[in-house]
Amino acid sequence: MHEGPALPAWVALAYLIAGGCFILALRGLSSPESSRRGNRIGMFGMLIAVLTTLLYYHPRPSGELPLSLLNYKTVGELIAAIALGGAIGLVTARKIAMTAMPQLVAAFHSLVGLAAVLVGAAAFLNPEAFGIVQQLSPGSGWTVYAPATVTALINPVSRVEMGLGVAIGAITFSGSVIAFLKLNGNMSGKPILLPLRHVINLGTLIAILALIAAFTQDQDPLIFWTIAGLSFLIGFLLIIPIGGADMPVVVSMLNSYSGWAAAAMGFTLHNTAMIITGALVGSSGAILSYIMCRAMNRSFISVIAGGFGGDAVAGGAGAAIDRPYKRGSAEDAAFLMSQAEQVIIVPGYGMAVAQAQHALREMGDVLKKEGVSVKYAIHPVAGRMPGHMNVLLAEANVPYDEVFELEDINSEFARTDVAFVIGANDVTNPAAKTDKSSPIYGMPVLDVEKAKTVLFVKRSMGGVGYAGVDNELFYRDNTMMLLADAKKMVEEIVKALG
Amino acid sequence: MDFISILSIFVLACFVGYYVVWSVTPALHTPLMSVTNAVSSVIVVGALIAAAAESATGNHSAKWLGLAAVVLASINIFGGFAVTARMLAMYKKKERR
Repeated sequence: MHEGPALPAWVALAYLIAGGCFILALRGLSSPESSRRGNRIGMFGMLIAVLTTLLYYHPRPSGELPLSLLNYKTVGELIAAIALGGAIGLVTARKIAMTAMPQLVAAFHSLVGLAAVLVGAAAFLNPEAFGIVQQLSPGSGWTVYAPATVTALINPVSRVEMGLGVAIGAITFSGSVIAFLKLNGNMSGKPILLPLRHVINLGTLIAILALIAAFTQDQDPLIFWTIAGLSFLIGFLLIIPIGGADMPVVVSMLNSYSGWAAAAMGFTLHNTAMIITGALVGSSGAILSYIMCRAMNRSFISVIAGGFGGDAVAGGAGAAIDRPYKRGSAEDAAFLMSQAEQVIIVPGYGMAVAQAQHALREMGDVLKKEGVSVKYAIHPVAGRMPGHMNVLLAEANVPYDEVFELEDINSEFARTDVAFVIGANDVTNPAAKTDKSSPIYGMPVLDVEKAKTVLFVKRSMGGVGYAGVDNELFYRDNTMMLLADAKKMVEEIVKALG
Repeated sequence: MDFISILSIFVLACFVGYYVVWSVTPALHTPLMSVTNAVSSVIVVGALIAAAAESATGNHSAKWLGLAAVVLASINIFGGFAVTARMLAMYKKKERR
């Protein structure tokens, strides 16, 4: 009864190959050398999927002989739509600054979500085109048609898949729009907490599931559009209470959702390429979310519940301003680093904001010329998305074999003369290891305090990190604070070194 | 294809995804996100069918929704692959002198 559209064997095979190409594209990312070829394989897979769709002979609702999409009168519109989207995409990809990558990825997620909603809605309005119409008399070939004004009945299984696809797509869309606005600075990164939000959210989710169940019984447009509307709403409600510090998790989570949305549409349309891709992307985002949560020692549930990263928890910050600390100049920093055997640079989001990566690489070059060994240490949640710092350093021509992950470099701080912290804060806070009352207790941190000297670049003593906790590191004997704009400070150090 | 075959493909693909993604080096997590963006826009396949299809009821809204979806998915496909390529081109090894 639920056979779905019968695809010619070569078409099914081509979609399978496209799916395989996408697996290889992700596999390529296991090392920078293989990644570029992987990306090309991914493009090739997409080309196969699109060409196959355009070329094969689709059965037609009117019952006439099947035609390939290229033979339709509308093929010009299709090509124009692809060209328009392609041009926008290419220009954006070329122009975007590397520091703005988190926003761009959030924007792309929102497009996948919206596209899934649109395809779902199109399938709902014109199910014949997708061959998901209930076969009233089995074996009699194409569907028995009701009068032209009555929508054909959609398979109940397809309705569930369609409902889920539209719901996940809509959540991905509105959630990503909020994430984009927060990352882009159009909206405050502070969590917005509605009263009773857990009750509202849970209620909305239950309502969506109930409506999808009702949709299998009654193919009422009102139910369909209510599912879409409520899902847009819940996506919005889910993301507004999540603070800036948790953005790496949110971006990864939405990445995962965009995958599940594609997979659900793949189920609706019986398309293997979409299902394989959806499953890949869905698991990819889920794993990234897990890695980010682990790096912050937070549970996924507590991130989703939101509220972290506001000003409310800054308990010790007021008292902290009076504590004594050492302040240094660019010349002091230059002297200390030129005398060092090894310097480890710890970049964070502040480096991205100040656009200091190029100046930083220049500093590294000068130090290397003087025989100092220079390495970079990156915490998994440094920046606003997974791998953000690595991209920025790569952009500034820092060779990737000088850049190390937390677990690979943490033991080296004890053997290092200078740790140079620039724009990072919470990820270096020793309180995460010692102070059980600290909100970041238990989070894996970089052991910068074990270095002989810590140089900490920070705009002023007033601000605290995103977690809103004071950093004990500032007041230690072996710490020297360099209070200035990150980029200006690094440029002055370069001058002092030269 | 029946539902169980499709479900089997899906479940196996989840396992493949799990192992493949764990092998991705953390340094390439940002390109991973942008390339997954590009590939999940394979949803363009559904959008193309919707945009080209004739309507049995004479209602063309499905077609316009499909066309809009083709534009959105194309932005993602071209933008996603291009920005990934741009990032990956920046990852260089230390020059051996």
